[in-house]
Amino acid sequence: MNARPSRRSLLAGIGLSVSFLGGSAFAAADGPLSKRKMVVVICRGGMDGLTVSPPIGDPDYAALRGDVAVPADQALNLDGTFALHPALTSVHALALKGQARIAPAIASPDRARSHFEAQDVLETGAAQVYGVGSGWLNRTLEVMGPRKIEGLSVGATAPLILRGKVQAASWSPGPGVDETARLPTLLQDLYRTDPLMGPAFARGLETEAMAQAATPPPASKIIPASTDKASMAPVAANPKQGRETARTLGATLGGFMIQPSGPRIAAISLDGWDTHAGQVGQLNTRLSYLDAMLDGLNSGLGAEWSDTVVVVATEFGRTARVNGTGGTDHGTGSTALVLGGGLKKGGIIGDWPTLKQTALFENRDVTPSLDLRGLFKGVLGEHMGVERAALEGTVFPDSAAAEMVTGLV
Amino acid sequence: MSLPPTDMMAAIAVTRFGLGARPGEIAAARSDPRGFLTAQIRPQGADQPQADAESSAQRLSDFRDYQMQKRDAKAAASVTGGDPKSDPIKDARKMLRDDTGGDFLARAQLASTTDAAFRERWALFWANHFTVSATKQVTGTVIGPFEQEAIRPHVFGRFEDLLVASSTHPAMLLYLDQAQSIGPDSRAGASTKLRAKGAGLNENLAREIMELHTVGVEAGYSQTDVTEFARAMTGFSIGRPQEEHAFQFLFRDNAHEPGARTVMGRRYGQGGQAQALAVMRDLAAGSQTARHVATKLAVHFVGDDPPPALVARLERSFSDSGGRLDDLARTLVTAPEAWDPAPAKFKTPYEFAISTWRSVGGQPQAIGKLAPVLTGLGQKPFSAPSPKGWPEEAQVWCAPDALIKRLRFSEAFAAQAADRLDPVDFAQSTLGARLTPPVAKAVARAETRREAMALLLMSPEFQRR
Repeated sequence: MNARPSRRSLLAGIGLSVSFLGGSAFAAADGPLSKRKMVVVICRGGMDGLTVSPPIGDPDYAALRGDVAVPADQALNLDGTFALHPALTSVHALALKGQARIAPAIASPDRARSHFEAQDVLETGAAQVYGVGSGWLNRTLEVMGPRKIEGLSVGATAPLILRGKVQAASWSPGPGVDETARLPTLLQDLYRTDPLMGPAFARGLETEAMAQAATPPPASKIIPASTDKASMAPVAANPKQGRETARTLGATLGGFMIQPSGPRIAAISLDGWDTHAGQVGQLNTRLSYLDAMLDGLNSGLGAEWSDTVVVVATEFGRTARVNGTGGTDHGTGSTALVLGGGLKKGGIIGDWPTLKQTALFENRDVTPSLDLRGLFKGVLGEHMGVERAALEGTVFPDSAAAEMVTGLV
Repeated sequence: MSLPPTDMMAAIAVTRFGLGARPGEIAAARSDPRGFLTAQIRPQGADQPQADAESSAQRLSDFRDYQMQKRDAKAAASVTGGDPKSDPIKDARKMLRDDTGGDFLARAQLASTTDAAFRERWALFWANHFTVSATKQVTGTVIGPFEQEAIRPHVFGRFEDLLVASSTHPAMLLYLDQAQSIGPDSRAGASTKLRAKGAGLNENLAREIMELHTVGVEAGYSQTDVTEFARAMTGFSIGRPQEEHAFQFLFRDNAHEPGARTVMGRRYGQGGQAQALAVMRDLAAGSQTARHVATKLAVHFVGDDPPPALVARLERSFSDSGGRLDDLARTLVTAPEAWDPAPAKFKTPYEFAISTWRSVGGQPQAIGKLAPVLTGLGQKPFSAPSPKGWPEEAQVWCAPDALIKRLRFSEAFAAQAADRLDPVDFAQSTLGARLTPPVAKAVARAETRREAMALLLMSPEFQRR
């Protein structure tokens, strides 16, 4: 049926998927807050903070890291103690303008070092695993009601962070469906009493119509056509193509978000951070995709970059020491990136516990000095205008111990 | 708990426990629905998709040739300044990809045509439990052989044997980085050359065996337990080209961390590979493993939130039989709680696609047609997102975009297949007693055969099982 590979399959090839949610009527109903936007980038697999923002000025860094240390002369310097990985050129340019900051020792409340547990905790916003069944972005939309809230995810499956009471739509590029045709109408009738398929199908049809109107036409042309339609290749897309795809994805998302009725909250997943072996090359590639995606998002948002805060986070960091296979194992504290045109200038977010042996968590990992929920609460509270009671009660229940990070915007 | 009428049981046997009805299959199961399933359990394990399949050793050897060729070509290019992407390399890469695609297509064809679809679903469950994913270039080429060699022969044997077969297979050793793990105090670890390269312990496979394959993350083990098990596993490796056991499992005594280990409160004083095997034996026999496996099975076969009585029954079977998987399969298909007529499981893209081909008695003919469909629906062939395997939850797969994509696939499929069918007969043979009156009515009233077939494929009862 599909003669050419869809953009979705190309995105899947580099491990990218996007979800976004937003409010359409919200824009008309509110004042300056109504343009505020938030994007959450989830790096799945346990992103190595010590590679993202190498603490080149920490006296223990080079020795602990051995071959996987980012060489100080190649790192993009921030403040003498911290730098950014050489692939993060766009992020570094923003950082120099005060539009990107790092939280170098941050973690979720989970300490099990299990991907699956830690991603659950990151996405549900609960204090521990299996604490809550819905995602915190979904609950954010819930508390931002009673205005009509739209939900949309780009990609074929629904990530936990936006699952919940508010029906999130999802979309990925492909030939359209005419929702006025007979078959969709008949199916809507068959699904009328189906609590799962009914709302999902209705939202799928709506989104299809909206997406066709909202997608900037050039975006589809930028996607390079693969010649191999069977592309189930374990062979990854080549890095240059991957970067272009990531940049286009970011720009398209930005284009969606500046539509008058576009989404104001979005979540993006970037896979492939579980680097137990040979991590230097893998992270070069992954970080270049991340950088390209963020750069594309910035340009797609245009002037509205100043109304946007982007948080890049992962489920846990990796061991402070290099392991026996040129990689690192599951750890605890990692780096979060915070970006946006409206950020206040400042140094690192949270304290740096250092890499002294006595300072390591369980003599192994970066000790977290900050709870991710505190960072998310700060962005939702001060930037998006979500009320404190809703933040503490509904969006991040049992999070009193995770103090809200203030003064970011 | 009472069982539903025989007609309903026949439909459930074929659509829930199997992979969807082929024409005439529900009728064949009608005389004894449970016997129809238990007859598929057999000591020799699951069917093999390819009779003359290449071994994983052959594939790894091919892969190494490809890498050498690539290196040589690069070196040659740096001397002559020629194009490093010369055609032989592209050809070799294409060959590797074709191998992988061939494996996947053969598996999909087996699933589409087999008369013993419960047996195949059972094998797919265990392949997903012990996931190897094509997220690394080399692992993609050995997933087919991994399933043939390590999974399928053991799915009705002892759980412990399946665990050991998986944990010693080159595909798993590569996928979860075990092959290079070296004990820091082993002879190899003491070598200055390796030490200078930073060679040492990698705990990835040890952790996932505990967390995903056996006791589960709720079992309450510590980081120290993981590290100790990882030390016990050092030496589990793959033979180099000139060695005995080339490209096969090889225990390297000189990489094995010497000394006794303590894992989850038990001390293991054995030397060599016996040490890790003893840990695995205890993990396989643990009560937490029985609960973990029982829960996963109930979730896969019956519902995302399965009846506790079913989980308890499966757990008992696993413990009482010492992890006999044939007993476990029999317990599952004879448990009354497993036969609730309400279809609770939303099909994954693979299940949806396979059941569509089965409904017309057909099979996918080309990987180039099958792969884009599955990728578009979120289930790229052989590429589970993590060692946890593909998710089970309906909410993951029933996303709005996925339903639109399923509709497009159903329309295209119907355009190819519907003109040879009588819609009312097709609905009956595909769903049997699970066909509901509203869907039967919609199919009967459809304007065209194509519309009738697409409606049936998109019906709530066909999308579930």
